[in-house]
Amino acid sequence: MTLRSYIIGYILCVLLTVAAPALLWLHVYNHHRFPTHLELGIAFAIFALIQLAVQLIFFLHVGEKDNRSNLPSLFLALIVVCILVGGTLWIMQNLSANMQMDDSINQTYIGGTITPQAEND
Amino acid sequence: MNAETPKVTFGFWLYLMSDCVLFAGLFATFAVLRGATFGAAGVGDFLDIPFVLTETMLLLTSSLTIGLSLLFARANNRLLTLAFLAATLALGFSFLGMEVSEFGKLIYENNGPNASAALSSFFTLVGTHGLHVLFGTVWMLVVMAHVAVRGLNESTNRKLTCLALFWHFLDLIWIFIFTIVYLFAAL
Repeated sequence: MTLRSYIIGYILCVLLTVAAPALLWLHVYNHHRFPTHLELGIAFAIFALIQLAVQLIFFLHVGEKDNRSNLPSLFLALIVVCILVGGTLWIMQNLSANMQMDDSINQTYIGGTITPQAEND
Repeated sequence: MNAETPKVTFGFWLYLMSDCVLFAGLFATFAVLRGATFGAAGVGDFLDIPFVLTETMLLLTSSLTIGLSLLFARANNRLLTLAFLAATLALGFSFLGMEVSEFGKLIYENNGPNASAALSSFFTLVGTHGLHVLFGTVWMLVVMAHVAVRGLNESTNRKLTCLALFWHFLDLIWIFIFTIVYLFAAL
């Protein structure tokens, strides 16, 4: 835990945070052709996950010598989070795919959440 | 270092991990319901990227200042510890002010939590994070009073370490709210 590690962590976090809106701006600048919506989504997710790692290491000091005992509970929590969020999405998507009544119902679940304003964002 | 300190911080860490699971439930709810707007406005319709980016920067900077405050506490510098805690508090209150104004505007425009399932889950997720931040600021005031009155000792150091963990954790949760709630709404 040093001043240096906090400053490095902070700079990395700022860069990762600003990178996402910058890509979004690029998307609008290129008339929604590049990067595509899918590429943007993947990039946003990757930025968030890298920032998770950066903050865990530089701010929360996970894995440092006197903090080793934190790791097992952290891994357990991450696994529970993955099962909870992934499982929920999986089940609900399956449910909405198999119980379609009409298009308006489809709109209410994750399958069809692209918002109408996507073209003027 | 007192033998108590690692036990207390580890216990606090376990609380943070269970809090993480609480937020996972709220994130899952939001992810499922985000499109369930019942034909009315969703998060994507009132998205203001510069506004949430400012909120993110406030919280990120406050995470740095509380880390610096902890460093100065370890170096036994009471004045700078308090100064950086005060800076963190100011940034935390600015963040809360922005969030309250965002919520107020939404409710005023009839996009409150009662408008649709999507907005209910939005208010629950973002509001729960906001309540955590509010609790953090109250706790910070208490720790500042402790440091101001009793000085820096093992006990205040321990309190400050837990508070810093809590604050960093809230910043981390916000990064996912920023990405999943706000950025994904732009797609």
